[in-house]
Amino acid sequence: METYSLLRQFADSWMLLALFAFFVGMIVWVMRPGSSKVYEDVSNIPFRHDDKPAATKEART
Amino acid sequence: MMNYIKLIVLGLITLLAMIAANYARDLAYLVNALTVMLVAGGLFLWTLRRTDEKVPAAELATSYNDGVVRAGVIATALWGVVGFLAGTFIAFQLAFPVLNFEWADGFANFGRLRPLHTSAVIFAFGGNALLATSFYVVQRTTASRLWGGNLAWFVFWGYQLVIVLAATGYLLGATQSKEYAEPEWYVDLWLTVVWLAYLAVFVGTIVKRKEPHIYVANWFYLSFIITVAMLHVFNNLSIPVSVFGSKSVQVFAGVQDAMTQWWYGHNAVGFFLTAGFLGMMYYFIPKQAERPVFSYKLSIIHFWALIFIYIWAGPHHLHYTALPDWASTLGMVFSVVLWMPSWGGMINGLMTLSGAWDKLRTDPVIRMMVISVGFYGMSTFEGPMMSIRAVNSLSHYTDWTIGHVHSGALGWNGMITFGALYYLVPKLWNRERLYSLSLVSWHFWLATIGIVLYAASMWVTGIMEGLMWREVDANGFLVNSFADTVAAKLPMYVVRGLGGVMFLTGAIIMVYNLYMTATRSPAVDADSAAAHATPAE
Repeated sequence: METYSLLRQFADSWMLLALFAFFVGMIVWVMRPGSSKVYEDVSNIPFRHDDKPAATKEART
Repeated sequence: MMNYIKLIVLGLITLLAMIAANYARDLAYLVNALTVMLVAGGLFLWTLRRTDEKVPAAELATSYNDGVVRAGVIATALWGVVGFLAGTFIAFQLAFPVLNFEWADGFANFGRLRPLHTSAVIFAFGGNALLATSFYVVQRTTASRLWGGNLAWFVFWGYQLVIVLAATGYLLGATQSKEYAEPEWYVDLWLTVVWLAYLAVFVGTIVKRKEPHIYVANWFYLSFIITVAMLHVFNNLSIPVSVFGSKSVQVFAGVQDAMTQWWYGHNAVGFFLTAGFLGMMYYFIPKQAERPVFSYKLSIIHFWALIFIYIWAGPHHLHYTALPDWASTLGMVFSVVLWMPSWGGMINGLMTLSGAWDKLRTDPVIRMMVISVGFYGMSTFEGPMMSIRAVNSLSHYTDWTIGHVHSGALGWNGMITFGALYYLVPKLWNRERLYSLSLVSWHFWLATIGIVLYAASMWVTGIMEGLMWREVDANGFLVNSFADTVAAKLPMYVVRGLGGVMFLTGAIIMVYNLYMTATRSPAVDADSAAAHATPAE
């Protein structure tokens, strides 16, 4: 089979499925139990360390 | 030791640029080679003066690299005024062709100035805004200093060189005739080097982050940097006719070339002007509103949905062409689907203000940010609609397209950038507040009314000329000649030019206000600065 048809067939089947599965998986992952608390915390990242870098590896004190 | 290597490299570049200038086959190449020669030679002398001098040990790890952000803010404001001025001038050139002066023919006529305008506003104004804000945001949200030391400065100055080479090239006729990718092969190669350095600085900073989570704004910035690198390389695959000339020949031909161009062109909108600026939105709107983003979950879904869908939307630029129907239908369908993530993002930006809507009355900066998100919502509704084949048959090649682009570019990109600049300047120059809030209000209203005049006049003239072009009489003959439509458009062209004048005036007021903020506004006093420096919470 020539390259175009081969790639086209792959794109129309397995790649489409993989991308779709990734997308659905992402939404499920975002909605996982307990995520609300995590996201509430990280949504406050812009309000820390405004003036200088954090000193240690674990920034949140 | 490092300086010796730098001296050798800079000396070689200067020499090669001299040789290139000597053998140059066209004027644009000659001027660009001389520019490179002067820059490299100047840097050679500058490096030479500093070689073997003692470098003062700076406390680097305990401070952010804000110098390059300050430079980026200045460049954004100044290139913005240049780009808006060029745009306003060419708007009047269209209304009054006499402004295409005979003595400047071949340098300052509409055809030469138009790419200068588009590149100045998109790549010089928008690009510098993205450089400056991405360097500012990535440092604050990863709680670590920029990676790579002075590499960020290389990115900044290297990018300015790209702009200068491209702009002088356009005026002298060096163009590969690809919309928004006009620069010729050697500028493309240099931009690739600069862009990879930008990617290295950004990713390096994220890798050494102290904050475990990568904040959503950085995801948007990173997707913008990676995608633009990919688009730029593929759309600029070309073979130079001579190493001593600016002319090059594209590797792709025909409809493949057209599709590659609009895959590039639409994703330049999608990733340069949308994803990158959404990164700004996700940082500066929460900061200015002093509350976290409305829904962090929505922001993650927004990100993945946007980048998954945008990349397919390009073919809608090629309806009714040699492009196969299935491809243009694919582009159309994805463009319409794209409406959803776009509005999801708009809702997320606007709702960040829920509970703080009163700030709109008192804070003109947040008003600017909110109207920019409003324009984002408007143009991301208009865009999918125009991508539908039936609508496109009316709107394509008319001024409606230009109106659509400007409501997005002036409204969304311009306003969010102005908002970010008003936020950044007091912070970066250590000032308590802006010099004048009423000048911000003046800027806000001038810019908003200017955009409304622009967009409304382009709707009228675009739909009018679309209808005039397709009007046939009872025998099936076209009713109007092309010149008839041009004559009918004059009043709308004048209104559009006036809108541009208002937008430009607003930008000049902003530059004055920012300059006065940096020099005259009360400085943050030491006590409150120290109190401010302790980590929040």
